[in-house]
Amino acid sequence: MSKKRTRPIAEGSEWTVEAIDRYDAEIGRVAKAYGLDCYRHQLEIITAEQMMDAYAAIGMPVYYHHWSFGKHFLETENRYKRGQMGLAYEIVINSDPCIAYLMEENTLTMQALVIAHAAYGHNSFFKGNHLFKQWTSADAIIDYLVFARNYIAQCEERHGFAAVEQLVDACHALSNLGVDRYKRSPHLSLEKETLRQKEREIYLQAQVNDLWRTLPRQDAAVAEQDEPRFPREPEENLLYFIEKNAPLLEPWQREIIRIVRKIGQYFYPQRQTQVMNEGWACFWHYTLLNTLYDEGKLTDGFMIEFLQSHTNVVYQPPYTSKWYSGINPYALGFALWRDIRRICEAPDAEDREWFPDIAGSDWRETFDFAMRNFKDESFVAQYLSPRLMREFRLFSILDDDALPKLRVDAIHDEQGYRALRRSLAEQYNLGSADPDIQVWNVDLRGDRSLTLRHFSHQRRPLGPETERVLEHLATLWGFTVRIETQMPDGSVKQIAEHRNERRSRPST
Amino acid sequence: MTVRIVDRRQDSKNKSSINRSRFIQRFSGQIRKAVADAIARRGIRDIDSGEKIGIPGKDINEPHFRHGQGGVREIVHPGNDRFNTGDSVDRPLDGSGQGAGGASQDGEGMDDFVFTLTRDEFLDIFFDELALPNLVKRQLARIDEYKRVRAGYTQSGVPTNINLVRTMRGAAGRRIAVGAPFATRLRELRAELERLRRDCPGDPEILRIEREIASLNARSEAIPFIDPFDLRYSNRIRIAQPTTQAVMFCLMDVSGSMDESKKQIAKRFFMLLYLFLNRNYEHIEVVFIRHHTVAEEVDEENFFHSRETGGTIVSSALKLMHEIVVARYASTTWNIYCAQASDGDNWNDDSPLCRELLSASILPLVQYFAYIEVTDGEPQNLWLEYERLVDSHPGLFAMQRINEVADIYPVFRELFRKRLA
Repeated sequence: MSKKRTRPIAEGSEWTVEAIDRYDAEIGRVAKAYGLDCYRHQLEIITAEQMMDAYAAIGMPVYYHHWSFGKHFLETENRYKRGQMGLAYEIVINSDPCIAYLMEENTLTMQALVIAHAAYGHNSFFKGNHLFKQWTSADAIIDYLVFARNYIAQCEERHGFAAVEQLVDACHALSNLGVDRYKRSPHLSLEKETLRQKEREIYLQAQVNDLWRTLPRQDAAVAEQDEPRFPREPEENLLYFIEKNAPLLEPWQREIIRIVRKIGQYFYPQRQTQVMNEGWACFWHYTLLNTLYDEGKLTDGFMIEFLQSHTNVVYQPPYTSKWYSGINPYALGFALWRDIRRICEAPDAEDREWFPDIAGSDWRETFDFAMRNFKDESFVAQYLSPRLMREFRLFSILDDDALPKLRVDAIHDEQGYRALRRSLAEQYNLGSADPDIQVWNVDLRGDRSLTLRHFSHQRRPLGPETERVLEHLATLWGFTVRIETQMPDGSVKQIAEHRNERRSRPST
Repeated sequence: MTVRIVDRRQDSKNKSSINRSRFIQRFSGQIRKAVADAIARRGIRDIDSGEKIGIPGKDINEPHFRHGQGGVREIVHPGNDRFNTGDSVDRPLDGSGQGAGGASQDGEGMDDFVFTLTRDEFLDIFFDELALPNLVKRQLARIDEYKRVRAGYTQSGVPTNINLVRTMRGAAGRRIAVGAPFATRLRELRAELERLRRDCPGDPEILRIEREIASLNARSEAIPFIDPFDLRYSNRIRIAQPTTQAVMFCLMDVSGSMDESKKQIAKRFFMLLYLFLNRNYEHIEVVFIRHHTVAEEVDEENFFHSRETGGTIVSSALKLMHEIVVARYASTTWNIYCAQASDGDNWNDDSPLCRELLSASILPLVQYFAYIEVTDGEPQNLWLEYERLVDSHPGLFAMQRINEVADIYPVFRELFRKRLA
């Protein structure tokens, strides 16, 4: 390395706007050389308090108001002030331009780390991964949040804050079952959204009213058994079903349900790609900063501080540790991406046997393909190598309540690799993490009661909160709601019911 | 191309404050209860802090459809140090500990949710919906105190208020502005004169120019050095200043019939009043007067804890209070509040005297007089006499009966309930 080039980008640990600017330019240059494709980005410098605000609103710069965010805020504040937790160094928002927050308390090194991690790592993931591309509209999300906040604030003024709160509570309770898993949501901007909202209001109300028409039907003679089931097909998006079909809701209530649903949908890909996304960002901050170091642009002090934070983030405590709380997505993700690069660059015989298609290939191409086309579940299933399982010393425990003891099902050995990989991938399958509950039937002719059906997976029962969720559901639906479980053998039994003879009008 | 860096540190800090207050509003029931518990532990003047509050975690948990315990699950853990395929392991007792199958996250919500209320939030909750009767009217409408504050400059005023700096600055500006055309012309003429003298001395033009210069000089010197127009006076205005001090009289019967528990009840009541006043006034003094057949002024310790015996003459305390007010708290600068606690026992012929004292000399001086009777028996003669004051002094005099500790808070609220103006 020539002596001439070894002038570091900046010295010292105090950050300045100019130093951040220079770091960003350098990191951006290296990222470009590696072919990372990112949204434009914007760095925002905030205080610790603002960071806690951002936490409470799941990182979004604008959000509607709700007590539960206040609860998160108090929780964070309390723990932070008592020193039980540090704040995350960064929050990054999947929007175009992508916004990354830098906290003012951080040192210059940490700011550079955050820029590499968030503004280039996460950013390129948001732009490239198919789930984000398909499910979220980075260019419209801020507009939509502004629309949502204003709309909900208006509703609070018009219909009273208690009524809105009750509604949002109910929506939040159902939010994990309010996402479409297979259909794509359309792109919309703020103006379009406002315009469409008006039309939708009128149209939807007309639809619903028709469904519950009380006028005598022309074809009253049609036999009872010919009455089609409603819904025709079971519906797994509970909030969607309620929004479109709940008989007693006012138009503004439908709109709020829609807002909660849309925002939930926006966050869904994040839940599905945690390991990949965090691993990707860690890999890139590690790689970008190391490249800069090799070019002589970073000081040794910088590297030591950086590596210390980096190591803390990607540390995986063993199951015996008192710090252990499951597999650290940062650690697993980072290790997976590093391992893929290793398989591409220096494959051994085992790799050639397990990964014949990528062993020895160009790692940048392989990375690009993997980043774009997978989610956690499939990513682990595809790329978790035997070597990595040995490194992590993974083992799988079977907990069957029909057996008196836990059983070790597979460990990191020749017989266990495939089983281990399968069960780890399954662990990241949101489809089986959330209970499978669908709208099964509505008694159109009788008491208008709504029946949900829970399809039991691996005999897992529903938790004790079920009845409270059902209560929320009943306030939305307005009539009796019940939930039944269908066991794998086909037997069905009712678990809970919330009777609601005739709900008082929502405006009261 | 450089990146866009936005410094947001000066932006609104408390984005979450709405959500925070929503949260407090939503769980006001639980929080109010926790606050009431906290009050019981505090001393009467000890209110200058927030309070750490815990409310049951399960109340604020947000429910979702989730899997419960049971069924079959397979979980992968890292760091294997002893297991082989097929090993059997005992279930850990509480779902956590070594080799645990998913230390359950559901357990987390069951602890108390602990957070810190700021002092203001703490008191807000405590005094929710409370206001002293006529408080707004008296504090804001009838203003006795004024303060003079600076308010910029005016063009008229008395000579003592002339602001020299402003005046001279204005004068200098005016002189420059008015003299500018002359100065420009002078510069031109001088240059011309210079040129003519050098190039063609003897030109009659020189004379003309010299004359013009002289006339311009005279005119520019005629610009007044200072003009009445330049004068600026420091301006002061009067702004109303609400009275910010209050004195609170605590009157308590310590005769033999007031036992320790009744005194404790009374203490809580005084405490509440003190807290409430502290919220409304910057400075508060507390006067403790206890009485049996004679009244005396004591300190807090003696007030609550020493015990006397004997009969009861309530009017003695009222007289003493009146004397103290006249001597130490002239009524225009002090807001006077009085809370009297008694078990209602009084010598029969003293009660009418009490009523007269109150209506003639005390009630005209005070902002509010609250009487609480700590008793579980029938109303006594003092109560009956006082009842006649309630109608003749609405909003100024209030009375309530308390049977046990739990009654205090509702009674307090009742006494100081916000009245519609």
